Amino acid sequence: MNVLEITRFAVRGLTANKMRSILTMLGILIGVAAVILLVAVGQGSSDVIKQRIQSLGANTLTVSASFSGGFGGPAGRGGGGAAGPRTQARGLTLEDARAIASSGDAPSVKSVSPLVTSSSATTTYEGASHSISQVVGTYPSYFEATNKSVTSGAYFTNQDVTAVRKVVVIGKTVADELFGQVDPVGKKVNIQGAGFTVVGVLKESGSTGGQDADDVAVAPLPAVQQSLTGYGSLGGIVVQATSAETTDAAEAEITAILDQRHEITGSATADYRILNQASLQETVTEATGTFTVLLAAVAAISLLVGGIGITNIMLVTVTERTREIGIRKAIGAPRGAILGQFLIEATLLSLVGGLLGVGVAVAGSRFTIAGVQPVIVPQSIVLALGVSVAIGLFFGSYPANRAAKLRPIEALRFE
Amino acid sequence: MSSPMDGPMDGDRHGSASRWAGGPMSEPAEGAATAGDPVLLIRDVTKVYGEGEATVRALRGVSLTVEPGDYVAIMGASGSGKSTLMNIIGCLDVPTAGTYLLGGVDVGALDEVRQARVRNRRIGFIFQSFNLIPRMTALANVELPLAYGGVRAAERRRRALAALGLVGLSDRVGHQPNELSGGQQQRVAVARALVTSPTLLLADEPTGALDSTSTRDVLAIFDRLSLGGRTIVVITHEDDVAAHAKRVVRLMDGRIVDDRRQAPVDGPPPLIGDRPATGAMSER
Repeated sequence: MNVLEITRFAVRGLTANKMRSILTMLGILIGVAAVILLVAVGQGSSDVIKQRIQSLGANTLTVSASFSGGFGGPAGRGGGGAAGPRTQARGLTLEDARAIASSGDAPSVKSVSPLVTSSSATTTYEGASHSISQVVGTYPSYFEATNKSVTSGAYFTNQDVTAVRKVVVIGKTVADELFGQVDPVGKKVNIQGAGFTVVGVLKESGSTGGQDADDVAVAPLPAVQQSLTGYGSLGGIVVQATSAETTDAAEAEITAILDQRHEITGSATADYRILNQASLQETVTEATGTFTVLLAAVAAISLLVGGIGITNIMLVTVTERTREIGIRKAIGAPRGAILGQFLIEATLLSLVGGLLGVGVAVAGSRFTIAGVQPVIVPQSIVLALGVSVAIGLFFGSYPANRAAKLRPIEALRFE
Repeated sequence: MSSPMDGPMDGDRHGSASRWAGGPMSEPAEGAATAGDPVLLIRDVTKVYGEGEATVRALRGVSLTVEPGDYVAIMGASGSGKSTLMNIIGCLDVPTAGTYLLGGVDVGALDEVRQARVRNRRIGFIFQSFNLIPRMTALANVELPLAYGGVRAAERRRRALAALGLVGLSDRVGHQPNELSGGQQQRVAVARALVTSPTLLLADEPTGALDSTSTRDVLAIFDRLSLGGRTIVVITHEDDVAAHAKRVVRLMDGRIVDDRRQAPVDGPPPLIGDRPATGAMSER
């Protein structure tokens, strides 16, 4: 009595009740497909988020003014200094930016771009009107630091900055809203009453968490200060580090320079904070990891339910075929053969269901789910299949044991 | 012995003993078969069902010896304990007390695996309700004991076809039980019981669910098997069936009340040749 023989009996047992076998497999199929797909969705969204963080700019640090103090992001400082005396908080100034850029104390810094921002700026072009969600006044180095490139036209130049020329590079959304099919380069738009000449259109970068990253306009810093924000403190300073490895060094250097300039000593809370792209990415990766684990846990529950379905159906099968088991025993089937037959039946159910589930998941991952393109993780396939087979063995062993333990006389008497 | 008894029956008592050699039971089995010991030896067997008030004493001390080649009919009204005796002889049930030797081996002392092997190789079981496995062809049903016995596929098929030929069902091998008549199903069951060349053929009311024609067919097969030297024990309550046996044992209230020999152990069964064999069987 070899395994092949017993497998044949098992297959015969399964095909005798096709509908039931298919429905049981469906439970496992859904479980396995859910595990693989949800992990793929988690992976996909994690990839997208990582990509977006990278698109915000490689190796960049964003310095912004902090008036609340005591609360810093993952890269903010001063969390432990809340008890210390707080001197008058100062905003960031152009001088701060110059100090970081020009002093020899910051060798890890590649470029420094001071920023001012104005939100919801009403812009008109001929008859069309659009409220740009963010107008940024900065230096040309900003484009490189934040990974922004133009599809048509050009960036503005340092001459544009020093000459306070009213030129602007607009985002894709702004171009679409105001110009439609017309090429915006060279056209003059009116932002909050001031005339700006469009010199370039930015490449589409997609929306970031509900906020349209393409609904922007970037203009030279003094031009924006002059016509929109006034000459107050800066909204922030974008610093690009020389490489990914030097971002932490750059952060330390900036901290040293700003602490000195803002006269922050010892226990005092800093009046600025630094957002480090690299550590932000770390945090986000951690968060999406948790998210993926959560999704997988939900899916695993459905796999478990599928496994219980197998136990249920195998119990019914054993009860239904008690008489057959009795006959088999009467003609000399050893306990192992009966146990094997029912175990293999259960395992086949889960294995075939699992394989079909993998097929469904692979097919399903070709579609966008909830705005995310799923990315299949190969390990999740191996894991889900392995678990489904283990489930078949585990959940099938109870009914199979019950079948094998039946006394032949009792099994034969069963009606 | 006539040539139609070749095929699955070629392993006679001595043949089956040699197959057991090397197995865990080899020594007692060999001793039993070669010394001409009884196939079946039951001594003071009792069987009690239930406990306390609800106690039923199905067997109250039965002793029975069956010699090789004998054809025994065990008779009794319902409730006489004959089915209980049958289940004990067939290793499907264990006696409450007493000893039961099958070919000199105390079956009750064997473990599960060995008991299964005894059921597989030493006993051929024929049930009143046929007990074929549904959705399996006649051939697959007959092959089943051989499959559990570990016989190779080709050899299995050859022996199963021979056994089916012996019961006149060569043209029905591909049919499932629900496509066969009651008589045909019982003949498949007989083939299944024969296919392992068991030392003992055990039939529990084999004709109880059959019409008179099918009954004659099955009894004729038993007669020929007995003529071929096979040991047969039939449980029945019909006198017509018992008339075919060489020896009739009557049970009443769990005790043997009558033990009558109708023909010698080594002679032919009493009614052999009384009626012509069926067409299917005379072909062979």
